Amino acid sequence: MPDGMARRAFDVAVVGGGVMGCTTALFLARGGMRVALIERDALCRGASGVNAGTLTLHMTRAALIPYALRAYEMWLETERWLGASVHATQAPGLAVAFTAAERELLHHRAAERRRYGAPIDVLERDAALGVEPGLNPALMAAAFCASDGFTSAYLTGRAYHAALRTADVRIFEHTAAARIDWSDGHYRVYGAENDAATTRIDAKRLVMAGGVWLEPLCAMLDVAIPVKTLVNQLIVTTRVPPIMRSVLSIANGLLSMKQFANGAVLIGGGWQGVGDRLRGPVETIPQNLIGNLRLAQHVIPALKTARVVRIWLGLESETADGMPMIGALPGRKDAWVIGCVHSGYGSGPYMGKLLAQTMLGEATELPLFDPARLVCGAVETRTPASLGRQA
Amino acid sequence: MAEFDVIVVGGGAAGSRAALAAASAGLKVALFDENDGVEEPLDRAGVDGVAAGTVTSFSSHAVWSVTGEYRVDAVGLHGTVHCTARALIVACGATELVVPFEGWTSPGVITPATFAKLLRSQRLQGRTTLVAGCGPWLAAVAAQTIECGGEVEAIVDLGAAAEWGRARAAMSGRPDLLVQRLSWWRTIRAAGTPRYGRSALVRVEPLGQRLRATLARCNAAGEALDTVPTILLADCIVVCHGFIPATEITRLLRARHCYSPQAGGWIAVADEDGRTSRSMLYVAGDAAGIAGEEAAATHGELVGLACAFDLAAPMSLQLRRRLESARREHQRSAVLGRAMASPMALSAARLEGISADTIVCRCEDVTRAEIDTACDEGAHDMNQLKAWTRCGMGSCQGRMCADVAAQLLMQRVGASRESVGCFTARTPLRPVTVEALTGDFEYADIAIPQAAPL
Repeated sequence: MPDGMARRAFDVAVVGGGVMGCTTALFLARGGMRVALIERDALCRGASGVNAGTLTLHMTRAALIPYALRAYEMWLETERWLGASVHATQAPGLAVAFTAAERELLHHRAAERRRYGAPIDVLERDAALGVEPGLNPALMAAAFCASDGFTSAYLTGRAYHAALRTADVRIFEHTAAARIDWSDGHYRVYGAENDAATTRIDAKRLVMAGGVWLEPLCAMLDVAIPVKTLVNQLIVTTRVPPIMRSVLSIANGLLSMKQFANGAVLIGGGWQGVGDRLRGPVETIPQNLIGNLRLAQHVIPALKTARVVRIWLGLESETADGMPMIGALPGRKDAWVIGCVHSGYGSGPYMGKLLAQTMLGEATELPLFDPARLVCGAVETRTPASLGRQA
Repeated sequence: MAEFDVIVVGGGAAGSRAALAAASAGLKVALFDENDGVEEPLDRAGVDGVAAGTVTSFSSHAVWSVTGEYRVDAVGLHGTVHCTARALIVACGATELVVPFEGWTSPGVITPATFAKLLRSQRLQGRTTLVAGCGPWLAAVAAQTIECGGEVEAIVDLGAAAEWGRARAAMSGRPDLLVQRLSWWRTIRAAGTPRYGRSALVRVEPLGQRLRATLARCNAAGEALDTVPTILLADCIVVCHGFIPATEITRLLRARHCYSPQAGGWIAVADEDGRTSRSMLYVAGDAAGIAGEEAAATHGELVGLACAFDLAAPMSLQLRRRLESARREHQRSAVLGRAMASPMALSAARLEGISADTIVCRCEDVTRAEIDTACDEGAHDMNQLKAWTRCGMGSCQGRMCADVAAQLLMQRVGASRESVGCFTARTPLRPVTVEALTGDFEYADIAIPQAAPL
């Protein structure tokens, strides 16, 4: 960076510009910190911009429901705290069962989620058809949650971009963190901008929010935390007349579906494609594509005449125990990590706010998720690099 | 799943010649095309004493997916097919470029490809057509319309007569083509069709059942001048400002690409025989860079032979000689094709006339002003622009708007076309109905993967 701005140390450098990193950066900036936000692509163009935008407790891990409930409230009123809309829409959420075994699973899962505060009831066939007349009448039961909804995830980047600029966050897009050096109370992030010129960002604190890239990012600080990459498939149709009015899933959770106001239907649920963090999303697996579509068409039969216009893949991160890692990075002073939240987009705004509150020393309503449990082997201590060397 | 040596996608001049050439060298070839029937008969395999291969033709089959292992999935009139091959030749031709103007999305304003279907269906009697834009297609479409009994109101040509003089010079090596083009102009003159040279269509408005077109004089750069406009009435307006190589498949497979205004836009980086940066992936004809139909055919021949050479018989002296002669033949036809294509290259000045409230992305109704605003707010690459505005998200899958949107974005950012990039290529390569993909099935047959943990 040729100008002096980047030379002066920031209070915090946030590495990763998805919904976790952006929200953390935003609340830290509003708390008075000078923030640099470093993103390898454009803001929210990874998982945070290409996910299905589903806000449903039926697909939320039970222990995360208190967080999701608070986050959904935030999504529904982005105009108030973010200053822009992501077309968040409240809609009834239904998880359907077609077999007796699925109905049993539905009851079990609904009960478990209710224990964590999810307002979920199980409806019998006719009541479910009353909520969603487009459903295949062959269904047996459906779990119902009145307060689910969805956003148009592709708008997330634009919304955060504007809010972050207003909050004076310095945004470095298309800048991949290539190396991180540290000494006591000081971090230096080296960014390869468009694979060419090198950006250097100095900061007193560091937040790692790199999604599936959290494993190599933590490794830059010699902290070994394995992060698994899920390659989730998404399918969108051209505009069709209204054929559904709820957020749909199935008992075992491998389907998400909703119809947007413009008529397009978005189908997801976590069917896998081919990809990894080195190559990014590569390609869909034909039988998984067809499986996902068959499931969707079985739930809403009228879907069959809709035309598929675009299929894509999004990379989702997952820890060894499937629970988030949000908190101080073990063994590294003033470094934090946030990510690997199952259905993380939906809970993202609240998780980011929670981390920012913790870093600002404010009281928090819910606990974080200590990353220490996930560290593989001992944290090695490396002699801190001399920060003056490359000056 | 059927297995082939090579799959050719696209049955136009390039694809059908490539398929035949590869088959004549002994390969087992599959040829896919979304239209009914390909442009050449397919019974010519087995020339030059080489054991004949076969060409299996899948016409009326829309290819919707191609994987990295060269599995091709297509939807035909009788359901889906898929097959695999050791090599893939992409010969998908070009998409039509329309530089937006006020009212270009009005019903009745169509592109030459759509008009060609109307011509075949003979629905022209008693209707007048206005032909506007730039390129040699103007005279071809006008002459064919007249020959089919239609009336051409006028030809509105961005180019001046002098530019066609230069192209004519390039044609000196191909008297057959010169004769064809002269015959088009004879037909047009005989019908008394007026030609407005160095003029552009700046506005179209519906007027009852007809269309009212406003023309303006232009300078050499294609910028409309502030002169007294000409008003014409027509039932149908055929408009096209150039052709863009169809690179969806090569981009999907992540072959290396470069931006070449002379070739019509983004093209796969390839050697003269059509070998891309990806092993056993070839590109032929206009999809490799716009050079017109004649050059597409010779390029198809060349690429088909090159593929056979690489795949089956790198030691064959006879094949090597055929390859060399195909290269020479293609070089001759390419000179002419490129000379004809160059007046159509998209220039900055031609975008000046797009007013703020003119729609750029017609599927999603995104105006120039919305693109400019998104850019000013920080959307500096094409995929970011798409997410911020929905430009390119519609049913044409970004084919209509991508080039103009990228040019607008590039100019506004003050960057290069390379730095603003292009829309990420996605499957399906053509929109395809859910039921065509799902087929007949029972719920119990769906192999639902294990659920996420509670």
